Amino acid sequence: MTDERVPIELRVEALEQLLVERGLVDSAVMDKYIAMYETDVGPLNGARVVARAWTDPGYRDRLLADGTAAAAELGYKGPQGEHIVVLENTPDVHNVVVCTLCSCYPWPLLGLPPSWYKDPAYRSRMVREPRVVLAEMGLRLPDDVEIRVWDSSSEVRYFVLPTRPDGTEGLSEEQLVPLVTRDAMVGVAQVTT
Amino acid sequence: MDKATGIHDMGGTEGWGPAPVPRPDEPVFAERWQARAFALALLSMRLSGTNLNAFRHAMNRLDRRDYLDDGYYGRWLHGAENLLLDSSIIAPGTVEARAANLSGASAEEPAPPEPNRPDYAPAAAGSLREVSSEPRFAVGSAVRARTFDPPGHTRLPRYVMGHTGAVVIVQPAQVLPDTNAHFQGENPQWVYTVRFASAELFGPAAEPFALNVDLCEDYLEEAP
Repeated sequence: MTDERVPIELRVEALEQLLVERGLVDSAVMDKYIAMYETDVGPLNGARVVARAWTDPGYRDRLLADGTAAAAELGYKGPQGEHIVVLENTPDVHNVVVCTLCSCYPWPLLGLPPSWYKDPAYRSRMVREPRVVLAEMGLRLPDDVEIRVWDSSSEVRYFVLPTRPDGTEGLSEEQLVPLVTRDAMVGVAQVTT
Repeated sequence: MDKATGIHDMGGTEGWGPAPVPRPDEPVFAERWQARAFALALLSMRLSGTNLNAFRHAMNRLDRRDYLDDGYYGRWLHGAENLLLDSSIIAPGTVEARAANLSGASAEEPAPPEPNRPDYAPAAAGSLREVSSEPRFAVGSAVRARTFDPPGHTRLPRYVMGHTGAVVIVQPAQVLPDTNAHFQGENPQWVYTVRFASAELFGPAAEPFALNVDLCEDYLEEAP
């Protein structure tokens, strides 16, 4: 039996060429979209939000009350960020975000989703056995921590405000930013020092 | 109306193996074609005169090979092709013929068809809408997710169908994906974040946790 499938790289090249030839797509516009998510919009945005919330109680309150507006205060808005809801992790409650139906993700704060977020194993099992899945990913939570899983099935985009690690009381907002990881802002890791 | 294959509706399904361990240094696009596919998909929505719901449904109609075997951005490319085929921006067989020609063959390429974009214009940008009706449910309301075999697109995951939970957040009103994906009207309506106990979804032996999922008003009924 032969596999006559067109290799995907070739398929992409063919479609781009066809549309560019007919003047329907401009390769330079494509370059612009790609550059935006490769260099400008990524998890550093979210890390700045988290560091601000950890050091400015007024900002933290605004962030939890209206995530969309508080993100926009720092200039973070755009596609896949129409309505942002921020979930605060505490020593007692751990929030984690998934999209079982596709890969919905808060682009303005985190950029495009990493491969593990789009993996069928993550999408299928995070809503069924989150404690086991988190452990497989390297996060072992104490048994008495309540887990709340959020399946992003509408246009609401969820963002996790991780717990500030102990021993960081003396750090400034700028010093906290590099500690905050993408994985902690989805809820599959904790921020450590 | 084209049905979804259902392959995208992964919540609670089994057999996918262990969860991947995150890599902190993962590039946004591992290969260049993935970046090109991403941009082509975004542009194809506009080019085909469709919308985000239609794009999601264009992916949900893919079979196993097109959904899984070419990876995540392969899925986007196949979905974009579906939109362009539906709106007659490209003719069936065109991409395959061009791909063959790029590989040195001399295949005849179908002529570009007369575009046939859907009769569709959004009422506003994005998916959030103002509605005049009061929300049917309030925080604390006991609700049951309806059970139905969707004729086309839906954002009601199967794993919550028929199960009872409680509203925890009344979210802003949004367009109804089920009709908007097929250009049959936006039907803007309230969306509710509903919390289900894991035991309600997966039985008494389930790992204890709270599952929150956003559901349109049409997906819900009062709990019996």
